[in-house]
Parts: sequence; C-alpha cells; structure tokens
Amino acid sequence: MKEVETKMLERAKELLESGEVARVVGWKKGEFCYDPSPATFESVEELKDFTYDWFCGANLSKYLIQISKKEGKTAVFLKPCDTYSFNQLVKEHRIKRENIHVIAVECRGKFDIEKIKAKGISFVTGAQLDGTQVKVSTLYGEETLEKSDVVLTKCATCNKDYQVQDEAIILHERTKKDVDRFAEVAKLEAMTEEERFAFWREQLSKCIRCNACRNVCPACSCVKCVFDNPASEISAKVNSDKFEEQLFHIIRAFHVAGRCTDCGECSRVCPQHIPLHLLNRKFIKDIDNFYGEYQAGETAEGKTPLTSYTEGDTEPNDVFKGEAK
Amino acid sequence: MQEVTENKEFTPNIVAFCCNWCSYAGADLAGSSRMTYPANVKIIRVPCSCRVNPTFILKAYQQGADGVIICGCHPGDCHYVTGNYYTRRRIALLFSMLNYMGIEKERTRLEWVSAAEGQKFSAVMNDFVKTITELGENKRLTDLRVKEGE
Amino acid sequence: MQRIGVFICWCGSNIAATVDVKRVAETIKSEPGVVFAENYQYMCSENGQQLIKQAIREHNLTGIVVGACSPRMHEVTFRKAAEEAGLNPYMVEIANIREHCSWIHKDMEEATEKAVILVRTAIAKVKLNAPLTAGESPVTKRALVIGGGIAGIQAALDIAEAGFKVDIVEKNATIGGRMAQLDKTFPTLDCSACILTPKMVDCAQHENIDILSYSEVEDVKGFVGNFHVKIRRKARYVDETKCTGCKLCMEKCPSKKGLNEFNMNLNTRTAIHIPFAQAIPNVAVIDSTQCLKFKTGKCGICQKFCEVGAIDFTQQDTFVERQYGAIVVATGFKPIALDNFNEFGYADNKDVITSLELERLMNAAGPTNGVLLRPSDGQHPHVVTFIQCVGSRDTSGCGKPYCSKICCMYTAKHAMMIREKYPDTEVHVFYIDVRTPGKNYDEFHRRAVEQYGVDYIKGMVGKVYNENGKLMVQGANLIDNEQVTIESDLVVLATAIEPEPSVRKVATLLTASIDTNNFLTESHAKLRPVESPTAGVYLAGVCQGPKDIPETVSQASACAAKVIGLLVKDKLKTNPCVAMPDEMMCNGCSQCANVCAYGAITYLDKEFRIGGGKTEIRRVASVNPAVCQGCGACTVTCPSGAMDLKGFSSKQIMSEVDAICKK
Repeated sequence: MKEVETKMLERAKELLESGEVARVVGWKKGEFCYDPSPATFESVEELKDFTYDWFCGANLSKYLIQISKKEGKTAVFLKPCDTYSFNQLVKEHRIKRENIHVIAVECRGKFDIEKIKAKGISFVTGAQLDGTQVKVSTLYGEETLEKSDVVLTKCATCNKDYQVQDEAIILHERTKKDVDRFAEVAKLEAMTEEERFAFWREQLSKCIRCNACRNVCPACSCVKCVFDNPASEISAKVNSDKFEEQLFHIIRAFHVAGRCTDCGECSRVCPQHIPLHLLNRKFIKDIDNFYGEYQAGETAEGKTPLTSYTEGDTEPNDVFKGEAK
Repeated sequence: MQEVTENKEFTPNIVAFCCNWCSYAGADLAGSSRMTYPANVKIIRVPCSCRVNPTFILKAYQQGADGVIICGCHPGDCHYVTGNYYTRRRIALLFSMLNYMGIEKERTRLEWVSAAEGQKFSAVMNDFVKTITELGENKRLTDLRVKEGE
Repeated sequence: MQRIGVFICWCGSNIAATVDVKRVAETIKSEPGVVFAENYQYMCSENGQQLIKQAIREHNLTGIVVGACSPRMHEVTFRKAAEEAGLNPYMVEIANIREHCSWIHKDMEEATEKAVILVRTAIAKVKLNAPLTAGESPVTKRALVIGGGIAGIQAALDIAEAGFKVDIVEKNATIGGRMAQLDKTFPTLDCSACILTPKMVDCAQHENIDILSYSEVEDVKGFVGNFHVKIRRKARYVDETKCTGCKLCMEKCPSKKGLNEFNMNLNTRTAIHIPFAQAIPNVAVIDSTQCLKFKTGKCGICQKFCEVGAIDFTQQDTFVERQYGAIVVATGFKPIALDNFNEFGYADNKDVITSLELERLMNAAGPTNGVLLRPSDGQHPHVVTFIQCVGSRDTSGCGKPYCSKICCMYTAKHAMMIREKYPDTEVHVFYIDVRTPGKNYDEFHRRAVEQYGVDYIKGMVGKVYNENGKLMVQGANLIDNEQVTIESDLVVLATAIEPEPSVRKVATLLTASIDTNNFLTESHAKLRPVESPTAGVYLAGVCQGPKDIPETVSQASACAAKVIGLLVKDKLKTNPCVAMPDEMMCNGCSQCANVCAYGAITYLDKEFRIGGGKTEIRRVASVNPAVCQGCGACTVTCPSGAMDLKGFSSKQIMSEVDAICKK
C-alpha cells in the first residue's frame, strides 16, 4: 500500500505543479492511523498530510458535487466502488464531468477499526495486509488477524470494478470474491414476519437520527432533504417515536432505490451500527428479481429502474410469491 | 378462528387512494349501482395512482389507519398514458420492503379498477375490509403517541 | 383567518334518506374555521346555487365545501357558482356523500358518521387550497386528418369549408381508402366510385386542403391547440410536382408482376404505377421492392420515357413538421387474416374469396372488367355460396368477439347484384343472424330474399372442401334441423374487419387510448362518441368501431364540427392543477423529466444566492404549465419533494389522510 501511496503522491504533485488541476481530492492523515479523512489539496505544500492506506474507506464522489462547481479542474482518487457513485452523480447532473480528472486507485478492501477493536485490540498504530492475514501493530506489539475478520462490511462482498477512469494507479490486481452479497438479505427474508419485525424494530430503535447515513450517502445528495422540507409533511429533526424511526429509513431507502450503488457508506458511518445497507440491498435484490439485473452507476446515462417500466412488470400483489426462497 | 371472534368489535379504518379517471369513477359506479361495501372505507381522490407517494401510505398508518389500498386504471389504460406503470414499480418495491421489515403484507394492497368496474370496486373493498378485520389492528406502523393519548 | 362555508345537499332523498343531512350540517358547524353550514334539498339547482353565492358574499367565505354527489358530476357547477360570487373556483372542494356514502350504506347512523368524516376531510383539504387561475394557450388554426378514406375526406372537406386549413396524411399513394375499392354501396346500390371520386377531387382542389399522400405521422408533440407533428413523406421516386399522370411509364415498365393491392392481389400491376384511374393525387409511385432499377441497378426505362422528367431514383424520405390545433384520426380498417379459419379452405382454393375480393371481381375497373368470373379458371360460377360471420362474433379466440356490423348488408347486396346480373346463378347465404337495423336496411335484405330469391340458410358452415373441382360447403340448416352440403362454384367469406394495424402506432403517438381489439376508445360511449380522451384528438370511422359508410360520414362530420368548434377559439383555458417545482429544493437530477409522459419538464441553469454575498448556478426543473397534464408522476419521483402538484399538493393529501385517520 505504501508504494501505491507514493505513486499517488507523486502524481498529485505533478498535477498540481503543472497546473493541470487546481486541486486534488484525496485523504489526509488524522489524529490516529485509523482515522484519515477526505480532504482537498490545493498546493504541493498541503500534500504533506496526504495519505492512502488500509483505513481510507471513505467514498470521495459526493464531495465532487460542490467541488466540481469550482473554477479549474479537480483530480480525484476513486476506488472501484466510488466510481459507481461518481457515474450516478454525473447521470443526475450533479457532478460536472468535464471538470474532473478521475484517477482510479488500487483497492483490495479497507479495514474497519471497530472490528479490530472488537477483537480486544487497542492502541492501534498501524495495519498491513500480509497474504490473507492482517498484521496490526499496536503500542504493545503486533497482532495478527484474519483479513476477512477485519475488512469493512461493505468490502466483504465487494466485487466492483472501475467504471470510469482517466488514468489509473493500480499495482496489485484484485481477486474476485466468491460471495453472495444478498446472502444476509436472503437470511432475513427467510425469517418469519414476526422475526423480521423484531429484528428491524431492535435495529432501528437504536437510530438517533444523527443523519450520518444521509450526509455520507452519495445518492442522498439533495440540495435540501425531504425530511427538512416542510411541504412534504414528513419533515422532522428527531425521531419522536418508533414510527418515525421506521418511516425515516423506509423513505430514505426508497428515495435511493434504483440509484443506490451499494457503496455501503451508510452502514460504515452509522454510529449505532445499524446494518442500513441491508435495506438498500433489499431494494437492489428486488429490482434485480423483478425488473432484471441492474447496477446503478455502471453508466452515466439511461433511466433508473423506478423511472422506467415494461408493460408486463410484476404486479405489486405478486411480489410476495416465491418469497422465503 | 379464535382471532376472528376476538376481533369482533374491531372495525378497521381504511384509506383508499383512487385515481380520478378510473377507480374513483369505478367507486362512483359502485355507488350509483347501489353495490354496498363497509362504511369504514374512505376514499381520497388523486389525479393518478402515480400521485400516491409512499409517504402518504406510511403517514396513514402513523395516524391510525389499519389498511391502505391504492386503486388505479388498469396498466395500459392510464389516462396519463404511463402513470400507473410507475405506480406499479414503486408500489411493488414498497410492498416488498414493508414485508421485509415485518409489516403484515395483507395490510397494504393495490388494485386496478376501471371506471366500468363498479362491481369489482365493491367486491375489492368488501374483501379488503374482511382481510383487515381478520388481521386486526395496525400495531406495528403506528404513532404510539396517538395511541397513548387516547 | 379561514372562513369556510359548508353546504350539505339532500339530493332529494338520494342522500337524505340514509344520511341525516341536518345533523351533518349541525356537527360541522363547530369545526374550526367553519363559519357557515347549511343543508338544502338540491344544491345543484338554481336556488341551491343562489344559496351558495349568497353565503359566500354575506359571510365573506374564503373556501367552500359542498357535501353532495360525486365531484365528477357537479364540481364544475359549484366552481362556476363560486366564481360568480367572487370566490376563486379552486377554493371549492366536494365531499362525495352520495356515490361514496348514502348510496352504498343502509344504516343511517353509520352513513351519517361517514358523511361527517368525508366533509371534515374536504374541509381539511380546502383549508390548504390556494386560488388558482387557469392559464391560456393559443390555438393553431389548422387541423390534421390522419387517413384519407371516406372518413378523412369528409372530415377534411367539412373543416375546410368552415375556412380552416386541413392536411390529410394518407399512408398510401392515393386517398380514397376502402370505399374506392367497393363496387356498389347499400342500401341504394349506387356506384361507390361515382359518389366517392367527386369528393376526392373536391379535396384536391380545395384551397384549404393539403393532401400529403404516401406519408405517415412520425412524431407528435404538444397538446390540444398546439400539436407539433412530424410527418414522413415516403420516397415515391416520382416528383409529385412534375408527374402529369400520363401513364406512359406504366406502359413501358418491364416489371409487370407486382401484385395489385388495389385489386386485392387478384391481378398484377407494373412496378411504377398509379393505384387506380381516379387516384388523387394522380401521380405515379415506384414500388422499390419490385422495380428492376432498385433490384439490379439496370433498367430506368420509365425515366427515359418520362417526358417531364419526373422520375427520380435518388429520392429519399423527407420530413415535414407542422403545427396543428386539432387532429382527426380516421385510419380505417382491413379485413382480418384468415389463417385461423382453415375450415373454409381459403388458402387452398382460389375460388374461396373474401367479400372485398368479390367487390373487385364485380367492379368494372377490376381484374375481370366487372364480369363475375372464378379466379381459378375464369369460368362463370353457377352456384355462389356466401358464408357470414367469418371471424365476427367469435368467442373461440380465433376471430373477433365483436359484430363487424357491415357484413349482413353487403352480403345481401352481393347476393342481389349477382342475381340481378346473372339470373341463372343460384345464390345461398349461410348466416347466424341477419342484423339489419338502419333506414331502409331491412327492406333491402327482404328484397334480396323475396324479389331476388336468394336462399338464406340459418346455420353455421363446418367445412368447405374441394371435390372434383367443386367446392362442397357443408353446414347446418338449423330451421330444417338437417345437415346440408352445397355444391358451389364460388364461395364468398364475409370476413370480419379490424382496425388498420398502424392505428396502434398512431394511438401511442397521440397518447390516445385503445381497447383490446385495437379500436380507439372514445371519451364517453354515449355523450362524447367522437372525442378521444386525449384533448384535441377526434375519431372518425372504423378506427373507433365497426360502422358502414353513412355512419362513417356522419361521424366524420361530427368530428369536423368538434374541430371547427375548437379552431374558432383563439385561446384555450388550461388546467391550472399542474406540477410546480420549488427551485430552492430542486437538485436538477432529471428524474422527474424521465417519468413525464408529456415532455413538460425542462431544465434551466439559474443563479441562486448562497449567503455571504455569493451566488451559485444550479440546474433546476421548470414545468411548462400548458403542457403538463397534472398526473403527479414527477412529484413522487422527486426525492427532495421539490416537485409538488397544485390542487393535489402533498400537504393537501396528507391533511386528508389525517382527517380520515384521526378518530
């Protein structure tokens, strides 16, 4: 990962020095090794804080909505999953494509500090991939964990490929995972109605309506959210009761249905660890089942499943047929 | 069976969204043909079934509806050409999601009723009321403050 | 603030018998915002409307709710009344306490309770109503007629006579349609061409009519009063402005084996041809699938001989785009294909023909010059058997479920004409029922039986087969209750008719609704029979349902009257209940435009203040209120809720939901 970072840094310097771009969007070091954050670098000087490591999980696409409006070109480093969000936002006329220089960067999955901490490891000072294992260095020495136990939930089932790139910095090829990203959804579907209700009731009751999911989601990019729109009659700042916990998440998932690229940022940022991606994935699974396979963000053109139709579409009353497969 | 007797006193509150051109006219025809259905069905007129926002449906449950039914023109017969095709996709996904979240799937229904189908309208409403009566009160998608305030 | 008036109608006993109207009015009086509540026997009556108007003025009402019959019935009435009293007509809401309440409930207590809730719901909505003003859109004073058969011709002539410009778009090389193929017409037996061709000539010569033959409608945009139509003018490879119709090319053309579709493929024609002698325009057309020049590159004889240099092998399809205020659809019909009716042996026996083929065989300009000869051997048939209802009234799924309406009469006509011309010919007719409603129609049929001695046999035909050169027609005689087999020389099938298949495309382009049999749907079966539900589109002839020439002509003239009524207006009022985006909330994501069936949504780059003295340019949706039909598809697609629908806003609908659900 270090070589990748070095190459990225070199390229960023080049682009800024030559004046080809006015700014570079990437990640900068945080207080700890595991909390890098998205950042804009406007000069070579600022690049001293640049980083790209196993904890750089954030999706940078959404930031480009505002940044692409600025004068001059912007270079951005996009991981495979980020390129889908990028395309989707270009499709929705939110990102000005002509103002962006996309550099596809290597990604072999990012680590989840919460998962490392859950293993009882603290005071982490770094982490490196070693085959299928992860070497975690701490103030007290090195620990070895299985990679599959450490990667972010969104990375565990990711088989995405770069959908857009103007150039690429890729040193290691990704290996295709033999996983079913809908397995968890199917597991829920197989439960009884009461069990499903109990599951979601428990999960959603944790929601503190902090809006982190909404703020990070590249599909939730409205100028003003419907939940802040008094004309919608559903605007609210807090969940005043259990119903609103459900309402918020159903409507949020519904609004991104057909547009959600399954980047998994919602679950990554949820401070309450609600598996929000399971709501979005349910819609993705249904869309695939009912209307044919569809991956949002694969292209920057065309209509989404909810803005198109066929004459012989599944009838709403038939969606339950063949459930609990 | 036991549940049915338990719910004998329970009269569900049902909201029906009907498109102006087909289903609302179908309900009118049911009326002018004197085809009865229970009084707890109340109709909201919308221009097209595609005007029905999922938030309307959820809001109805929040306010204490026990069942919500959406009625529109048959696919292909939409007064607005394609409106009900979008309805069909949106509502299919919504139904599937509600079911996924453990909300009783019988509670929400969609029916295509043409302006000529007064009889169907009445039959659908009778059947829906029966289903909801058997299903019982909406407890899962309701605003608890409203309940407690009663 | 709000001053709402509520008016509860008894509708005689229609409402008052099951709803305690007085109690409803009493209960509603105490609703917040309600300052006036009254009940009256007939609100829609002159006195009832007076009561409303007076209350609006006296109590200074800001909105009214009428608890009465369906809004589909009297919403317009009450809106007008409100407007006359100085209240915006869109500040009126109807609580449907008749169709949705009194008529379907028997228990007075229950019905009254429901009526109160329905009225409350309407009050909740009207409180959020905003005064709306209908917009205006100009009317383009030109009509388009799609189809140049008798329906299209009649409609065009009537509209043109009233002083409006009309274009006829005809997909074939000439106007005239099916009627031009007929020999005689019932019930008067006058010659079809003799009455049709003068009308065709009138069309050609009328200064207000422009005939676009060999053309098809390619695209339609816009709306009533402002249709924008793109028409494809197919390449006929002959310059219409030069061709004089001298037919020299037809004499010289070496490719003579093309099937003559005008004569129902019963004889052949040259590759370059004029469909028939009286064609309008009288201009040749080249069938490029048959022409040697197109097939082999060699030939071009017609070009050599054409004295005016009209032949142009390089001609391409061209497009014309025009604006129209109204559109008449008159696309006509065709006989159904007989693939599903092998029992009649149509495909196997040349002497089993359809009625339309018989028309050509009887016509002086037809393949046999009007002498009835069998297609197989050119002999005069001595026994002719007609079979009625071939594919009509068919519930088996092989044919059409409807009655084609014209077959009984034309079969009687054919039988009579054959007996008249060839008295030595025996004529039998198998029928299920003879249906002859219409002026002088039954008399006509009786003449066939009584004067001309046509043998009508009530019963179905099971099979037609060839035995030693004779066509054996095996059927039932239900009256004598016996099986009969008739040895015939010629068998004529009264084939069901269906709408011309191209009507589907036309319907899609016009967003006109169409039924399962491909007939265009009228706006109201009884009261608006020539209007399509799509405003500004009218229906003439068989495209709307089976009918004969007199009915078609009447319907065409009715269409013309409707079109003229529309075109005389300078401006049309538009529905003010249209979508409207809140630009401050709009993302410009294009989702709404993707679901708009009318193309009413476009996007603008607009400058917005973002605080700190700065501005930013954002892409935002903009709705053309003249094009928007107000369905609301966009409102649900919009994730931020920026798009709302006037008259059916989210707030209004939510308030109705609340009113219904709150106990």
